[in-house]
Amino acid sequence: MSDTQTFLDTLNARSQQCEAEPTWIAARRQAGAARFEAIGFPTRRDEEWKYTDVRSIAQGNFALAESAEFSQAQAAALTLPLDAYRLTFVDGVFSSALSDLDALPDSVQVLPLSKALIDNHEAVGGPLGRLTSVDFSAFAALNTAFMEEGAVVRIAPGTVVEKPILLQFLSRAGTPVMSHPRILVEAGGRSEATLIEHYAGETDATNFTNVVAELMLDRGAILNHYKLQEAPLGDMHVASIHVEQSRDTRYSSYNLNLGGALVRNDLISDLNGQGAETNFLGLFFGQGRQHVDNHTKVNHNAPLTFSNENYKGILDDRAHGVFNGKVYVKRDSQKIEGFQSNQNLLLSDRAHIDAKPELEIYADDVKCSHGTTTGQLDEEAVYALRTRGIDEATARGLLTLAFAGEVLDQVALDAVAERVELAVAGKLPERFNLAGLVEAAVALND
Amino acid sequence: MATEEMEQLVRRDYKEGFVTDIESDTLPPGLDENTIAFISNKKGEPEWMLEWRLEAFRQWQKMKEPSWAHLNYPPIDYQSISYFSAPKRPEDRPQSLDEVDPKLLETYEKLGIPLHERAALAGVAVDAVFDSVSVATTFKKQLAEAGVIFCSISEAIRDYPELVKQYLGTVVPQNDNYFAALNSAVFTDGSFVFVPEGVTCPMELSTYFRINAANTGQFERTLIICESRAQVSYLEGCTAPMRDENQLHAAVVELVALDDAYIKYSTVQNWYPGDEDGKGGIYNFVTKRGECRGARSRISWTQVETGSAITWKYPSCVLRGKDSIGEFYSVAVTNGRQQADTGTKMIHIGEGTRSYIVAKGISAGKSDQSYRGLVKIGPRAKGARNFTQCDSLLIGDKSGAHTFPYQEIGNSTAKVEHEATTSKIGEDQLFYCQSRGITEEDAVSMIVNGFCKDVFQELPMEFAVEAEALLNVTLEGAVG
Repeated sequence: MSDTQTFLDTLNARSQQCEAEPTWIAARRQAGAARFEAIGFPTRRDEEWKYTDVRSIAQGNFALAESAEFSQAQAAALTLPLDAYRLTFVDGVFSSALSDLDALPDSVQVLPLSKALIDNHEAVGGPLGRLTSVDFSAFAALNTAFMEEGAVVRIAPGTVVEKPILLQFLSRAGTPVMSHPRILVEAGGRSEATLIEHYAGETDATNFTNVVAELMLDRGAILNHYKLQEAPLGDMHVASIHVEQSRDTRYSSYNLNLGGALVRNDLISDLNGQGAETNFLGLFFGQGRQHVDNHTKVNHNAPLTFSNENYKGILDDRAHGVFNGKVYVKRDSQKIEGFQSNQNLLLSDRAHIDAKPELEIYADDVKCSHGTTTGQLDEEAVYALRTRGIDEATARGLLTLAFAGEVLDQVALDAVAERVELAVAGKLPERFNLAGLVEAAVALND
Repeated sequence: MATEEMEQLVRRDYKEGFVTDIESDTLPPGLDENTIAFISNKKGEPEWMLEWRLEAFRQWQKMKEPSWAHLNYPPIDYQSISYFSAPKRPEDRPQSLDEVDPKLLETYEKLGIPLHERAALAGVAVDAVFDSVSVATTFKKQLAEAGVIFCSISEAIRDYPELVKQYLGTVVPQNDNYFAALNSAVFTDGSFVFVPEGVTCPMELSTYFRINAANTGQFERTLIICESRAQVSYLEGCTAPMRDENQLHAAVVELVALDDAYIKYSTVQNWYPGDEDGKGGIYNFVTKRGECRGARSRISWTQVETGSAITWKYPSCVLRGKDSIGEFYSVAVTNGRQQADTGTKMIHIGEGTRSYIVAKGISAGKSDQSYRGLVKIGPRAKGARNFTQCDSLLIGDKSGAHTFPYQEIGNSTAKVEHEATTSKIGEDQLFYCQSRGITEEDAVSMIVNGFCKDVFQELPMEFAVEAEALLNVTLEGAVG
């Protein structure tokens, strides 16, 4: 209980500074704090947290950042080389200097939550917290208690947003700080957009990011959602993402996790209207003592809805991976198709994976399946490559990349895909070097 | 598919429902240390056994009833259960089948299992458990010649205390879980099998359980030990009479396989599932676990679960010996308002251990079924291998099928695969059969049997026939 007290003390100190906020937000904040105080941090006795120990967060002492200073040069190196509308947050604090919203059409709103609250707080009050209630988890409650910054994205009906919308979260080295960003996306009917959440930072950072994202897709909307998490290896990262899909919407999530000491993602899609489709693609790499936990859930609440999930894990050293995917089919939601696949590659004897693919089905006219495998690289494939003059390390590298390829091939943004490929290559330097590998492959083809 | 016909099939009566009127020497409901002392005394048990029971009881009192299963049932009042019920006149118990109470034989007749005939024809030794006390054991002599011990656990405690002491509770400890602790405290009967080194048991061993006197919880305890190179196939089959009160059944089964030993444990469970509204019916909360202690040992669980209001069990294998093998084959059929949360656990500890899981679930009516399994590969289980397949078939739009497989893999040389599918009987499959002149009912029966084939193949001959018949009865008129 004393663990929660540290956080509540920080909260009390903070609350005294923001007295001028609208009453509804103060009430919600209090509800979040009350809930958090009541339940405290989860322990491994909680089924949802069976494989993830959050003591390193609970016992930490995280301050709240006051400024958004970040060296321009370093930010430029971390930023994805993409032509995008960009909002940047440094340790949770909005940085207008590192943001770029030039030429944003009138039909699209992209603004920091703090500004949205000042401009028209009533418009935010309705949707905020509608999908992620404080009861969802201790972290959602904590986020609500601390909520003050984040991003609000509103896309008018029928709008096709040409450029991706990039939300960039940077983490600084120094005194450990925490941030609780809140992301709210309202995609209007038949709109189409690409949203990128990008987490990166200074190598030595040891911060705690606890993000809650609520994405609402109105009839016929299409949203591609990339989450590229390359947080510093000392960072703690907890994310809760809730998606609400009405009729004929299509949501695609690309959940790419490379960084962080302790990572937990909860991704939930509610398919509430006929014809709604959701695609969950995920990739997680772990090395050192990284712990990466992915919990996903697809709720087929309406008939004629479709879901497709493919998560790939690659674990080295003493990394620990967790995959818990659930497909839920509500009573009378007929004509459902739900497919789920999780494959894991263990590269080291001390790497560990806990996988739990679940199906919970209450309707009979459904086609649902899940499959999960854990194994190593196929020795025969390694041998086949070696007989063609490729050295063993390169052969293993190629096969590992091929394993990841099934997910990476579907990443339409080259800048993101390249970042992942490079990161993977960089993360497994003794094993292979991607750049060299590609050159070698090209040379072989020539 | 014709919904009416399906409903008809689902709305079958429980064929084995009848109560045999035999006077029982029943303990009044309630549970305390005196109850346990009474049971122990009644069984003529030595002091250490009573101590063992009491120790379990004290631990049980400190434990909390688990609630994590995907099940829904009113809280159980453990004080309202009678913990001992034995047929009267235990002193002059029948010494051979001829002396058996004709009413009991009649019961078996009704079940379609004429004990003596069946035993003679099938070459099966039957240790019939009728309300907690074994009343007939056949073929003892033949088994004795082979050196196989097959008797009730009570006899074993009296006659082979050293063996019981050595093995009892070593696979499922007293405090393993809530129901195992309860069982350890109050178990009244069950079977004991010991196959010595190098012996292949000359016949399949079989126990028919029947739950009889109303309000009596059945707490069976089974212990099977196979020494090096020994082999045994054990059959367990269950039917129960129809009644209103929910009956709790919390058995414990422990299997121990030493080097190169092979234990095959088959179950056909057809206890009363309750009426259409789910009233009555058996609660089957069982702990079954086998330990492959020796190198190259093998334990195989096969189960056909068609009965009980609630089934909650996970026959498991602890694969400790090098290159040992664990297998689990299961068909679970739920209908009406039945609920089943079942599956298996394969704990890979030794090098080169392998496990194979095939689970088939059929849910009809308003029933709910879950497969819950654990495959755990320890860091020292080099080259461990698992393959899991669990398929669900849904019949009717009010049924539910769920899959919760857990995989915990801590070894990079392990290969673990899991596949699961959920679907209903395809209209096109039915049409294909019907267009070839097969009636809808036959077609459905064929498809369902085909769906379960992988498991039925693993059953001993006699059981395979019984299982197929049972499946057809269970889904009679309902499917197709």
